Amino acid sequence: MQDYGEQAMMALNGDEAVAWAVKQSNVDVVAAYPITPQTIIVEKISEFIHNGEVDLEFVKVESEHSALSASWGAALAGARAFTATAANGLALMWEILYIVASTRTPVVMTVANRALSAPINIHNDHSDSMGARDSGWIQIYSEDAQEAYDNTIMAFRIAEEAMLPVMITLDGFTISHTLQNVSVLPDEAISNFVGIREIPRIKLPEIHGEKEVPLMLNPKYPVSIGPLDLYDYYFEHKVQQNEAMKASIPVIEKAHKEYGEISGRSYEPVHMIPYRTEDADVVILGLSSAMSVVKKVVDQLREDGKKVGAIRLRVFRPFPADIIRKELSGLTAVGVLDRSLSFGAEGGPVALEVRSALYSSLSKPAVYNYIYGLGGRELSPKLIAKAFNELLEVKVEPENPTVKYLGVRE
Amino acid sequence: MSTPMIGWKEVPIAAVPFLSSKEYPTGEWAVFQPKINESKCIKCGLCWMYCPDSVYRWDGEGVPVPDLGHCKGCGICVAECPTKAIELIRV
Repeated sequence: MQDYGEQAMMALNGDEAVAWAVKQSNVDVVAAYPITPQTIIVEKISEFIHNGEVDLEFVKVESEHSALSASWGAALAGARAFTATAANGLALMWEILYIVASTRTPVVMTVANRALSAPINIHNDHSDSMGARDSGWIQIYSEDAQEAYDNTIMAFRIAEEAMLPVMITLDGFTISHTLQNVSVLPDEAISNFVGIREIPRIKLPEIHGEKEVPLMLNPKYPVSIGPLDLYDYYFEHKVQQNEAMKASIPVIEKAHKEYGEISGRSYEPVHMIPYRTEDADVVILGLSSAMSVVKKVVDQLREDGKKVGAIRLRVFRPFPADIIRKELSGLTAVGVLDRSLSFGAEGGPVALEVRSALYSSLSKPAVYNYIYGLGGRELSPKLIAKAFNELLEVKVEPENPTVKYLGVRE
Repeated sequence: MSTPMIGWKEVPIAAVPFLSSKEYPTGEWAVFQPKINESKCIKCGLCWMYCPDSVYRWDGEGVPVPDLGHCKGCGICVAECPTKAIELIRV
């Protein structure tokens, strides 16, 4: 193992940390459109380019639809491409999200999670990235600025090996605009870790004979990417894409392990991180920065002798159903935090997944869903303690509502 | 697409078409298709040039021959033909 020397401790907000990760990851093309709270990412990247600190092409586009289209095109031409957005920007990318994923193009995108309009709200919730959960992108949720930096770097490795696009999220303002001590690895360490993008090769015997040809737009070996499948082959391509999602689980683990070796931060066990769950009766499971507060509350309640724990889910797509089932079976009750709504559904997106994963368990806990923090509403330790206490006294009765709002005024 | 139909494990990834579009007949969608009146044709090749689906086969001299397996009946050749030698026939 090569010794790269000390990591630099830098005061960065979450967006700047992501920009640093992009600067160090041998990225060729960034195509992006500014939107609060993602703006600092692209501002900082532009600054790096202006100062001659990084050699990459920044494509200025007129919308997010074009930002992702240009990133897709760059990646198809063989570039390592990055973009970033939030909220309505992500919504405008909708059509291209699916196209990038189904043509197996390894674009990396950071989403600074922000509430969707209307009414306009620039603050944090997860309705933007949760809306994109079925688009075929790997989704990894970051707890803090350090993790946003680390996840962005690992995303390039994961995307290129799994041949799937990766979406890294960080909570808008709470993380994107909050200054934190971030350990930044030396440029050389990151450059060697991500390497130069390798272009996958495929066989197209009917067109190019037995020789493998690069899967990219290359005039020497013409290929068409994504033009037309009707009822004859569309289904096969979709099943293949779904299987590729499942097959990315070990790829994600491998990238974390190898990144852990150079950084000391492997975020094991990768897909979700349990906190004081060994002898717990009750656990609260959720995503991103709110889980820092949940862990504090776990510590306080543990002092009072209450057997509580927390699980922070990191990888939401592919959803680690087996791991979650194993971790949660045998508990008395689980509170699932959702920072977005699926209107009209029996709970938020995370709760729906967790409940489905547990259905085949023989010793399933009661699952209660707490919708919290919409539009940036604060989730106080007091509210979390209230939820824990409810879960500790839980009685499973049919008239008991299983989906509740945490922190809304009645 | 033409036979044999292969399963999802064999299909090339990334929505890449793995057979030539020559073997992907799309002419069956057409309601109308062109018919050339050879006595009116001046062999200018405009139909060959304008056809968006490369339906016409032309060696540069004779009367262009449409391969109707790819013709969707758009009628561009009919509109472009300077001697009105092409008409659309209901198929």
